[in-house]
This record gives sequence, C-alpha cells and structure tokens, in this order.
Amino acid sequence: MIEGRTGAWETVIGLEVHAQVVSKAKLFSGAATDFGADTNTQVSPVDAAFPGMLPVINRFCVEQAVRTGLGLAAEIRLESVFDRKNYFYPDLPPGYQISQYQQPVVGHGRVVLDMPDGTTREIGITRLHLEQDAGKSLHDQHPSLTYVDLNRAGVALMEIVSEPDLRSAEEAGIYLRKLRSILRYLGTCDGNMEEGSLRCDCNVSVRRPGEPYGTRCEIKNLNSVRYVMQAIEYEARRQIEVIEEGDAIAQQTRLFDSRRGVTRPMRSKEEAHDYRYFPDPDLLPLVLDPEWVASLRADLPELPDMKKARFVSEYGLSADDAGVLVAEKETALFFERVATGRDPKAAANWVMGDLFGALNRLGVAIERSPVSAEQLGSLIDLIADGTISGRLAKDVFADMVATGDDPAAIVEAKGLRQLTDEAAIASAIDAVLAAQPDKLAEYRGGRDKLYGFFVGQVMRATQGKANPTLVNELLKKKLAAE
Amino acid sequence: MSDPSLLALTLAEARDGLVRKSFSARELATAYNEAVNEIEPLNAYVTPTPERALAMADAADHRLAKGEALPLDGIPIAVKDLYCTKGVLTTAASHILNGFHPPYESTVTDKLWQSGAVMLGKTNLDEFAMGSSTTTSYYGPVENPWRRLPEHQMGDNRPLVPGGSSGGSAAAVAARAALAATGTDTGGSIRQPASFCGIVGLKPTYGRCSRWGVVAYASSLDHPGPMTHTVRDAAIMLRAMAGHDPKDSTSAPVPVPDFEAALTGDIRGLRVGIPKEYRVDGMPAEIELLWQQGVEWLRDSGAEPVDISLPLTKYALPTYYIIAPAEASSNLARYDGVRFGLRVEGNSLEEMYELTRAAGFGAEVRRRVLIGTYVLSAGYYDAYYLKAQRVRTLIRRDFVNAFDQVDCILTPTAPSAAFAIGDKSEDPIAMYLNDVFTVPANLAGMPAISLPAGLSGDGLPLGLQITGRAFDEETLLRVAEVLESAAQFRHLPSFVAGGKS
Repeated sequence: MIEGRTGAWETVIGLEVHAQVVSKAKLFSGAATDFGADTNTQVSPVDAAFPGMLPVINRFCVEQAVRTGLGLAAEIRLESVFDRKNYFYPDLPPGYQISQYQQPVVGHGRVVLDMPDGTTREIGITRLHLEQDAGKSLHDQHPSLTYVDLNRAGVALMEIVSEPDLRSAEEAGIYLRKLRSILRYLGTCDGNMEEGSLRCDCNVSVRRPGEPYGTRCEIKNLNSVRYVMQAIEYEARRQIEVIEEGDAIAQQTRLFDSRRGVTRPMRSKEEAHDYRYFPDPDLLPLVLDPEWVASLRADLPELPDMKKARFVSEYGLSADDAGVLVAEKETALFFERVATGRDPKAAANWVMGDLFGALNRLGVAIERSPVSAEQLGSLIDLIADGTISGRLAKDVFADMVATGDDPAAIVEAKGLRQLTDEAAIASAIDAVLAAQPDKLAEYRGGRDKLYGFFVGQVMRATQGKANPTLVNELLKKKLAAE
Repeated sequence: MSDPSLLALTLAEARDGLVRKSFSARELATAYNEAVNEIEPLNAYVTPTPERALAMADAADHRLAKGEALPLDGIPIAVKDLYCTKGVLTTAASHILNGFHPPYESTVTDKLWQSGAVMLGKTNLDEFAMGSSTTTSYYGPVENPWRRLPEHQMGDNRPLVPGGSSGGSAAAVAARAALAATGTDTGGSIRQPASFCGIVGLKPTYGRCSRWGVVAYASSLDHPGPMTHTVRDAAIMLRAMAGHDPKDSTSAPVPVPDFEAALTGDIRGLRVGIPKEYRVDGMPAEIELLWQQGVEWLRDSGAEPVDISLPLTKYALPTYYIIAPAEASSNLARYDGVRFGLRVEGNSLEEMYELTRAAGFGAEVRRRVLIGTYVLSAGYYDAYYLKAQRVRTLIRRDFVNAFDQVDCILTPTAPSAAFAIGDKSEDPIAMYLNDVFTVPANLAGMPAISLPAGLSGDGLPLGLQITGRAFDEETLLRVAEVLESAAQFRHLPSFVAGGKS
C-alpha cells in the first residue's frame, strides 16, 4: 500500500521477463551465441534474412523452454505455433520477429515467493513462449550513421509473463530474484542481467484496494532488479499523483531513466505498432511428444523450494537459514559439500557467517571462493575433534581466505594446535594467579566478574591454544580450592 | 547458327545421345549457348551463363568418358531467376535486388548440378513471381515465341505474353533454348506459362521440392518444379529436384521414387474426375471442347471418367489473393536497403526505407504488399486472413474428398490462350482470373501438371491440367504421358532457335 494525499493505494504489477536461453546455437539457425564476440561474427544468412533463407527450429531451445515450464509447475502445451510479429527496424533483418502469439509452448504456472515475514505468496505465470532476439543498433560508432550488430539477432529468448499478482516494488524484486534462481537451477538461463541475458518489462497500475484494475503503463527493458524496483516505486507514485490531481492515466509505454530515477513516456497507445501477427508459414506447428516431456520432467533437478524443504527436514536448519542457502544454486551446492558428514548447523553458520562475509569483502561469487567447500569442511573437522578451538578457527579461516592453504597446514605451520595437556594448563593458571595477587584478592572479595579476566589471561599465556573447556574446569577448581 | 538437330531433342533423347556418345556435352552446351543468344529478342534470359555452361559440360564429358554418367549429366537447363545461385546475379526480376550475388546455392539447383545438369543462365519472370504474364519484370517483358496464325490475326500481330510468372523459363524451353528449366508455382506460375507456350509444366506436391534458397513470394503456396518438352522429361527432372531437405521445415521426409519408371502407359481402370465447377464465364468454347476431347482420350485409353464436384472452387481465387499477398507483405519486408540489394539514401531511417522500397518495387509488388498489409491489420485479420485460411482448409478437404472417388482430376489449365503484351495490364482482376484453374492445387498442396493438348483457333497452344493426390506424382505423370501420346502435340512456335526443323 502507498499512502497518497487522499488515502491508500494498491500497486498492481505484472512482469514480462525476457530470459535468454542457454544454448550454443540460435533459435532458428546454427550460428553461435557467445557473449562478447566481435561484431557480426555470429551471423548466418538466416539471421541476416537473406533471400530464400528459412528458419529451422533448434530442438535444444525447445527442450530448455519445456524444462523451464516444468520448473514453473506450468502446463506444457503439446502443440504450439510460431507467429511472425511484423515491424521494420534495422536490427530486425527479416522485418519480423518469430515469436509465439496465441499458442505459446507453456501455459499457466506459478512461482512461490518467500516473504520477509516468513510467509509465502504464490504468483501466477500466465505463459512462457519462445521468440527470437533482435540485433543491436550501435548509435555511437559514427557521428551520423547507425551501425548494426547482428550477433544477437535470432538468439533464443523465453518470454515469461506473470499474472498481475505482484503488489509492491519489493514483491517484484523478490519475484524476479526467485525466477532467476529457478532458471539458474534449471540451467536454462544464466540470469546475467548485466550481459542482458535477463531483461524485464513491468506493467504497473494503481487502484483503491478492492476496486477494479486501473489503467496500466508498461516500463520497457529494465536490466537490474534494483532498477525494476526503483522504476515501479516511481511509476506507482507518479500514477497516484496524476489521479489525485484529478487526471486520468493514459495507457503508455515508458522508459526508465536510471540516472534520474524517473520513467518517461516512449509511445502512447495510439502510436502502438500494429504487428500484424500471423502464423509463420515457414514453420510447422511445434508438436511435442508427451513421452519426451515426461522424460524431461523426470530428469528435472531439485529446485529451490524442494531443496529448502529438504534442508529443513534433513539438516534441521531453520526455514530462514535454508532459504538463504538455497537462493543460489552454487551456495546450496557448496553448503551441502560442507555439511555432508558434519554438523549441518555448524556448516550453515560458517557458510552464512564467515564465508559470506569474506566473499562480500572480496566481491567474488561463491564459485570463485578462495576457500573450497572441502577446506571449510576440514576446518570444521579440526574444531570438532578438538585440534583447534572455535576462537582460533576464526583466525585460521582468515588465513585460509588470504592464502588458500588447507586449515591443517596453517594450524601446523603456526603451531596453533589446541593445548589439552592438563598439567600444562594448570601450571599456566598457577602462573597467572601468582602474577596477579591483587586481582585474586579482589575476586575472593566478591568481584565475580574477574573470573573472565583470569580466563583471558590464561588464554593469552597459552597464545589462545588452551582448550577453553579445560581452562574453565581447572580454573574453577583452583579458585575454589584456595 | 545452332545445330538444329541438337536443339530438336527432348531431354530424354539428349541424355541417351550423350551416353551413346552421339555428341558431347560440350557440343550440346555450345549449341544451347548459341540458342540462348539467338532468342535474345524474347528477353527470356536475364543473365546467361555461357562460360559456366561450358565448364560444367566439360566436367560432364569427363564423367561420361569414364562411364560414370550422372542422371542429368551434360543436360543444359535454364534456372528461373528466383532460385539463388552461388556467385551468380540473382534478381527475382526486381530492382530491389540490384547487384545481389548470393553466397549460397538453392537446394534444388544444387541437386540439379549434383546430378550433372549444365546451367545456361537465369530466366526472366514477373517481379518476385507476382504475375501471370511476365510483364512486371524490372528487366522488361518476356515475349512468347508463339504468334497468332497470320490468317487469324485480324490486324493484330502484337507479341504475346508467355504467361507467368515463370514466363522466361517457359519461353526458353518452348523456343528450344533450354532442354528444361526450373520454375516456381505459387498460383499457377509453372502450369499457366507452360500452357501458353505449349510445353509441360509440373507443380509437385507441396513439400516435395525444397524451397531453401528460392526467393520467397508466398511461403505456404510456393512450389519449385520443372518445365520441360515432355512428360517423361518432367519425370526425369523431378527426380533430380525432389527430396527431403532438413533446411526447409516444410519439406516432406518422404522417399523419391523413380518417376520415369511410373510411365507405364497403362491407365486402365483409373478413375479420372471431371469437376463441373471448372467452367467460367467467357471461357472460349474451344477450351471446353479440348477438355471434352481430353476426357475421350483418357476413356479410349481405358480410364473411367467420373463426374465430380469441387464446390468451393469459386472461392479459391479470392482466398488465394488474400493469403498470397499476406505472406508476401511479410516475406518482402527484408528488402529494406540495409543489408543487400538496392539502397536509396534518405535523411532519416524511415525516408531511406520509403525511398528504397518505392524505387525498388514495381507497381504489382507494391499492390500486393499493400493488400497483404491490409488483410493482416488489426481489425481486419479475422475478416480476411483468418477466414481465408478457413476456406483454404475447406478447399483442401474438397480435394481430399474427391480423391476418395477418383485417382486424378482433369481440367483445362487456363481459361484462355496467350494474350497480347499490354492486354489486362491495366486490369489486375482480369489478370488474376488467369489463375482460376491453377490456384486450387496451390491452396490444397496437391500435385498438378499442365501439358499441351491442342491449338486454339488462332493457332496458339492450349494446355490440359491433371491434378493428383498428394505425393502421388507417379499416377499423375502416368496419366499425363498417356494423354500426351493421345494428343500428339507436335506444333512448334513461330520463333525457335535454330529455325524450324
């Protein structure tokens, strides 16, 4: 809810996400799809729409779309149709985009959101369809000419359309992150928004709670979660202001200016293209074998929701911790490698605590972690078997991050092995007490707080290596005895 | 002067003569190269390729000498300039493809060269295959080698159209400046010019010959096919041109039979449908008579004529003139001046588009692009395009139902003989009516063949058309050959390379 001048307003949001399909070849040609290749080096005559060239569907891209549909718990349509969406633009060589209009390959599905308050929200998926990406117009290469790079022309995209079920910029952000997580788990889209692998159009309207939907505006081509949230927030407030001023919202396509944080009109409904959709006569309807779909379903990997539930039941993690660990597939994988055969809670704490902290400081993803899951596991083992104390382990971990060395080697090299020799600890205690007669007297006089001081002194005397349990046990005995 | 005896051959005769070494492929290619020069006044060829022809002929001679002859080794053929040919100017008879040399070879022509055929050149056509007269070409109209008999000219000896859109191919074969040619047939563009020029034209089943590398007019209606002197030649050509092509999603994964072997001459017991709807107002009585004659010829050969009805025939032409322009409007969007062909610079992107397309497309292409854009527009799509697709489905069903009763269908090919260049050019509807008998087979995707069966009163060739079941070109060709034998069409046009033999 957004509080306006005249009362509360509800924001209604639906997202159209364009996700680039992970595939070596384009949707209808054999040309490669690598990001960052030299301009116009990944272009076949089909992509450049030379006369007489014909599209042939890439089976793998269809497989990726179907797997994504299954991952969204969606209806897989055994017969779908490719249509032509006609418009002129230099980066669209045939003058039409091959897309799916009335009969998409994937129908209704859903995404479950984990809300910050611990509840879940189900967001409907209207459809998912396959379509071609366009090329890229380069306006900055020449003072008066536009250059065209067709490397991206014909690359397979999945357009994933949500129902207007989202109610705030925050929810939209959670939805987008969750969707990206599912796509990454499936390996059907790398979700890399900086490289444009995931782009988002937002449909935003506002209404009084309980009233029918208001007129919507579409904000085009947002390429980060932050921009999506900023754009929605701005747009909702803009619309509220317009309505509260007594004006009506005009249905528009708008662009987000990320530098100024505002949305600006791009074209009105009246200026909208007439795309003249019709079934592409160069392509037969896409007919899927139900057994093939069933085999794809059977081979689906464990997805975040299932994994989270399993982490809770199998490892006894809290729902919150499990949610954090499964958000990224690589994190979940890392965690499981650390946790296997060890105390899962200790593993979770190390991963979410010291490891996340270190990765954040270094600004690297978990796949590039300087500490491997095996190394972190060994560290936890060294604590569990009493070789080092939990406190020293923090220092060892810091060394591991800095050097990449195994924890055992660091412990050996630095002589950090925990002191468990009772006689040695006892003599250290004796030395500390002997050196601090005043403090000892104060303690005896009732200043119980000094107990901690003595522990600290003993630890310092043993360079932190003394087993804390033994120190406590022996110190208490000494203090009580005298 | 070309060697008249080599120019009088059929493809089958030339093939046998080459294998028997009665003449060499080089001799044959030389004779036909000269013939191509000789018929230059007809404007049938846009781009002759005489040197390529000789080089290909030499390669064929090499194989023939070793006894490793390929099926079409040394056979000189013409290629409709709608097929992309690697490194050879490909125009679609449009200014918009100005200077376009494709970096690839169409599947069908590639198959022909792989079979040993020799390329004489690229033939003229209606711009983007849009027309029934080969008068809309940017490179000028093609003239039919036939003229009206002097005693019937009544003061009108104007040159005649060869039909279209494959008019250049038809004129080249009829004037004996190619042993065979490729054509494409979207609404009759192989069969109607074959009828107008007194040759055989075969539109195979949709999906039989790959469309890959053929400049698209209307994708769901475009059919590559052969144009030849005889039915046997058509059978030989089709075998080389046909076959499943993974690069064309609409190409059918069906085996290619030996079509020539199907020419048994025996059609006893075959049922031939005679549809009552193939009579149109103003159709000359002589065409009706020729049709009756065709029925009798087939009956005499042991076939059984059966009266049938194709009730939706009258809707075929309007249906075609919605679907074909709709697809064309989209297929021709790629000619935008950005990547190849003509570009006329403007002060903005829109202006560049407008100037390029205005300068690059002729009137008929512009007309069809506009019609197509209109019928696909929001608010009109359901009334026009969607309805036309539904009618198309019903027309196909008409044929499928008919083929429950009969093995093939006999009709005239066109409602008239060739007309004068310039006639009907101002009246698109009159021009479109030329396709009234040929369009249904395109909508249904069924194979159909036109063969010369007689002459009109003023001495012009008239064709009969046989339509067959999908992928049953064998029956179609068998019946056509029997009809050909009965008709004994031996007439030659007034203008042939090498002179009348």
